[in-house]
Amino acid sequence: MKVPRLFVDACFCFSKHNIRIPTLASTANFSQRRGIYTLDPVDHQEPAFGKILIANRGEIACRIIKTAKRMGIKTVAVYSVADSQSLHVKMADESVFIGPSPASESYLIKEKILDAIARTGAEAVHPGYGFLSENAAFVEQLESDNISFIGPSASSITGMGDKLESKRLAAAAGVSTIPGFDGVVKDAEHCVQISRSIGYPVMIKASAGGGGKGMRIARNDDDARDGFKLSTQEALSSFGDSRMLVEKFIDNPRHIEIQVLGDKHGNVIYLNERECSIQRRNQKVIEEAPSVFLDEATRKAMGEQAVSLCKKLGYYSAGTVEFLVDQNRNFYFLEMNTRLQVEHPITECITGVDLVQQMLRVAKGHKLNISQNDIKINGWAMESRVYAEDPYKSFGLPSIGRLYRYIEPTHLAGVRCDSGIEEGSEISVYYDPMICKLVCYGKDRKESIERSIKALDYYVIRGVIHNIPLLRDILTEQKFNKGDISTNYLPQVYPDGFKGKQLDVKDKQKLLAMACSLFATNDLRNRQFLNVPQVKIDKKPAEEWKLYVELNEEKYKLDVTQSNGEFKINVNDEEYVIRKEDIDLAKPLLEVKVNDETDVIQLLSKDASGYYQIIYQGTTYKLFILTQRSAEYLHLMPEKIKFDVSKQIRSPMPGLVKSVNCNVGDEVVEGQELCVIEAMKMQNSMVATSSGKVRCVNIHPGDTVGDDDILIELA
Amino acid sequence: MSVHLTSKNFLWHLKSHVRSVVRKRVGEVRYSNGTEAHTLKIAERIKQKKSEALLGGGQKRIDAQHKRGKLTARERILLFCDHDSFVEYDMFMEHTCTDFGMEKQKFPGDSVVTGNGLVNGRPVYVFSQDFTVFGGSLSSVHAKKICKIMDQAVLVGAPVVGLNDSGGARIQEGVASLAGYADIFQRNVLASGVIPQISLIMGPCAGGAVYSPAITDFTFMVEDTSYLFITGPDVVKSVTNEDVSQQELGGAKTHTTISGVAHKSFANDVEAILQLRNFMGFLPQSNQYPAPIRESSEPSHLDVPMLDTVIPPSATSPYDMLDIIYGIVDERDFFEIMPKYAKNIITGFGRINGRTVGIVGNQPKVAAGCLDINASVKAARFVRFCDAFNIPLVTLVDVPGFLPGVTQEHNGIIRHGAKLLYAYAEATVPKLTVITRKGYGGAYDVMSSKHLRGDINYCWPTAEVAVMGAKGAVTILYKGKDDIEKREAEYIDKFGTPFPAAQRGFIDDIIEPRTTRWRLSRDLDLLATKKLQNPPKKHGNIPL
Repeated sequence: MKVPRLFVDACFCFSKHNIRIPTLASTANFSQRRGIYTLDPVDHQEPAFGKILIANRGEIACRIIKTAKRMGIKTVAVYSVADSQSLHVKMADESVFIGPSPASESYLIKEKILDAIARTGAEAVHPGYGFLSENAAFVEQLESDNISFIGPSASSITGMGDKLESKRLAAAAGVSTIPGFDGVVKDAEHCVQISRSIGYPVMIKASAGGGGKGMRIARNDDDARDGFKLSTQEALSSFGDSRMLVEKFIDNPRHIEIQVLGDKHGNVIYLNERECSIQRRNQKVIEEAPSVFLDEATRKAMGEQAVSLCKKLGYYSAGTVEFLVDQNRNFYFLEMNTRLQVEHPITECITGVDLVQQMLRVAKGHKLNISQNDIKINGWAMESRVYAEDPYKSFGLPSIGRLYRYIEPTHLAGVRCDSGIEEGSEISVYYDPMICKLVCYGKDRKESIERSIKALDYYVIRGVIHNIPLLRDILTEQKFNKGDISTNYLPQVYPDGFKGKQLDVKDKQKLLAMACSLFATNDLRNRQFLNVPQVKIDKKPAEEWKLYVELNEEKYKLDVTQSNGEFKINVNDEEYVIRKEDIDLAKPLLEVKVNDETDVIQLLSKDASGYYQIIYQGTTYKLFILTQRSAEYLHLMPEKIKFDVSKQIRSPMPGLVKSVNCNVGDEVVEGQELCVIEAMKMQNSMVATSSGKVRCVNIHPGDTVGDDDILIELA
Repeated sequence: MSVHLTSKNFLWHLKSHVRSVVRKRVGEVRYSNGTEAHTLKIAERIKQKKSEALLGGGQKRIDAQHKRGKLTARERILLFCDHDSFVEYDMFMEHTCTDFGMEKQKFPGDSVVTGNGLVNGRPVYVFSQDFTVFGGSLSSVHAKKICKIMDQAVLVGAPVVGLNDSGGARIQEGVASLAGYADIFQRNVLASGVIPQISLIMGPCAGGAVYSPAITDFTFMVEDTSYLFITGPDVVKSVTNEDVSQQELGGAKTHTTISGVAHKSFANDVEAILQLRNFMGFLPQSNQYPAPIRESSEPSHLDVPMLDTVIPPSATSPYDMLDIIYGIVDERDFFEIMPKYAKNIITGFGRINGRTVGIVGNQPKVAAGCLDINASVKAARFVRFCDAFNIPLVTLVDVPGFLPGVTQEHNGIIRHGAKLLYAYAEATVPKLTVITRKGYGGAYDVMSSKHLRGDINYCWPTAEVAVMGAKGAVTILYKGKDDIEKREAEYIDKFGTPFPAAQRGFIDDIIEPRTTRWRLSRDLDLLATKKLQNPPKKHGNIPL
């Protein structure tokens, strides 16, 4: 009996494997159901904004809308072309179209946001993070238009926006800053003098710098002299500004930040720390709260300094003071982010405070309704940033695609998913490729790690390449589990880049056993016709399979037998028993009992030629499964000639061709830049992989290219 | 090896029978020794012939075949049929040629292996040409063997699969060989529409031989080792002075991308045969059976939210129709037919709730999904196959019209486009249509519209059914007027919607994309009992 969709409970629908998939209504209620916000329940008697506009998109827009809804505040979403069907637009009460897909033509244009505010009559604007969140001019404009900005004042933003200025302000507020020379270095000798007085190692960096350019580490006088010269030259050519700074260089630092919250009445509290040391290319990957490294005294000292900086600034709303912490627990002010941070949910989990609610209250002019004494550390929270990116390419190069299947593991205990996407959403080249912030909390660090691992295993993401393999591997890695981490963690643990999970012998055998069960199930199913008369020829379905399996270039011969509703698989003389009812070819995720342990696998793809892709322990394994007879015959087949890839320059990811720096017939040398591909605001220089003549150029500046497209071919 | 086993068993039975006869008759009939010896001798000879037959052209030639990257005729059959299920016919037939010293070279079974077997439990007749025997050339005996299984396949109602690997006619036999080809062609034609016929080209197939695969329903090829052409590169060179290699002239790539002669190609013999087994699962045994329903655990009564976002917000942006197909079929399992030819239309088989459906979809990603000559012919043949074999048709429409242009007109888009129209109009199987976006002009009519006896016709909210796009329409309607832009907007508002068609009942419902799968599934169940017959006639006259 087919039930028309219209009559199904509007709140939940059941996925194909009976996992509850929250729909819009239920995600909005999520936090209430889980009871994360224990410390500041909504007071519906308190005056609140009637309607706010969220000048952002994606997960943060959804996150803000959820709290606004709880508080009974109407919400307005803004959206670009690419976001017209996005979740944040569906969740909001109203939505305003603000232009083309690129952020520079929509979300970043103040006038469009102001226009949307005027059209909808929103009383306040929440900027989220990124985009206009730290744009003082935007805030000033709002202030003059009498629209509340749900964030700090324009002057706070300005004060903390400039590196030198913020450091001065911090020092003045008694915050420990990185020892350094607070002025412009005159020449190389001056640089050596300063370096000596600070004490080596030091960092010489361009005042106008950024992105690692014009930066040198010096460990002695000679380094300092050379470093000054080189950095000056670089700074001049890159930024047209040769002013140099010198400061103490902190080896293997940890990145620990303090969450602060202030109101317009001079009250400021700190909500403990977050450790964000696991980073790649200065982007955070895994964050946790609290930090395993801080003792109570350090935590208190850092928190109090952060509060004192805020008081000095007259800071209100949520903010984050970032510190570098060295191996001896000396901490140094790095910068202050005058906005809600991406990783704020872990703080919410351990403190029970809804930061967005507090921001909304503060912006409305209310006093904080919690005091420093209320802030405790309840358990441990871990945030894994699930990105649409390929972790095997320098720890993550963006990928794009449509999520044709998407199930968040929110049915598990202690799991919170902050995402702005749903099944069917498209991850495009225009914005940050984040899929979700997977936040897992438990009574201690161990439990929150265990829950994170389990949640990653139960996460179903189809249609884009994602970084779950890397996230899961970090979470199971020894050093990480010991809490021995720093901002250099990834290059230290994976010096040759991430190569995927290395299964131990037993897990590998279990994977093989499960793969063989899938093959056998498929083989049995292939003959299960429901409306075809049974042939009288006495041919029973196979009772046993002699299989040949290739996994990671390793070859196996395995025997599978079936009896009593079980598959028995013999792998290198080890017997594995799998119940047939656990194996299903249509479910996106399988819980398979192998002998006595339950494993979770996902069948990503299968085809009749024998290619299976199975996700196990976070990593996708490509298996090639044949009957032994087919395999015998296959070995008679010639190897296909592989094209010499060194003569082809292929696009490492989807993106936009920024420039093409060669023409057909040019002689190029290995390493020479041939073109630049831009994706997600990252510029990738594509260099010649070997020396030779350019045979053909398939691209023009402005073209969009797909992953693995051949851009340029060399002769 | 099944054949081997069978012959062993047979011999064992024979010997024991002889022994028992001998025991019984001892003392009774003294002079029976002669016949007993004879029986044993015959048994030995049978054994001898069988083992000779199993070796085909001999070990040397088998090795050579392997060296070419090809399996032998028997290996292919063993791989194709379920374990131990192949039963061979005519292993003892030998060629009858006495010219050119041929009488001294005989191979039991000659250059083809024929018989029947099971594929996933269902019977199939199969012939596999043996390149190790006279290069797989077709003798009159070779042809007779093939004809025998074809005749039986039609009688029984089971598919015929040909594994082609033949150098061509047996020149030594002259006209007898030609007659053999014609006998096969005649049977191919008579069997057409009665039982599925599939050709897998696994080696050479040249000259007259190509017309058998050409008539069969599907022709698949193995990359690098197979080719199909009327005349080879040498003849081409001497006649037209064109230099061309075998592969360029008639290889898998050529026929799957340029000529459209072959429907799909595979990397090697093993992959081709495994995929062929998979493909057979979509087909009914004959035109007497309904489309097969295979067990399926994928729920067919649920929404597929992903379908809601496939159509991009901008009406002019392309999208991939395959995304929609994958969202509709079970387990994203779609066997595409001619994936590399006329890519502006997609054809192929999938299953909905286990039941085989033939899917035709315009591909907006390629040439905006317009209908041109190649696309029309590709889809027309596919539609006719489905209709012949009771496979319901699901048509996904996003078509801006027929492709304009001098080349198209001069090459007969009218005649070729009419084929698709004809195919849809004559089809009596359940016809389900979903208009996802554009349904413009005559192409709308052609694509399984209500007017061509479409059973169920749906529109997505993004659908626009109109005579043509706004720009074109407005320039005709308001020629010479100035406020063109305003009128264009007016036109879009009026006709760029599903309403005009829905108001007239040309579509049955406007549905949310996410509901498409379960609605189609429900309709297919309802239409399983559909009964519709065309007027009796000898046959229609499709515009060929």
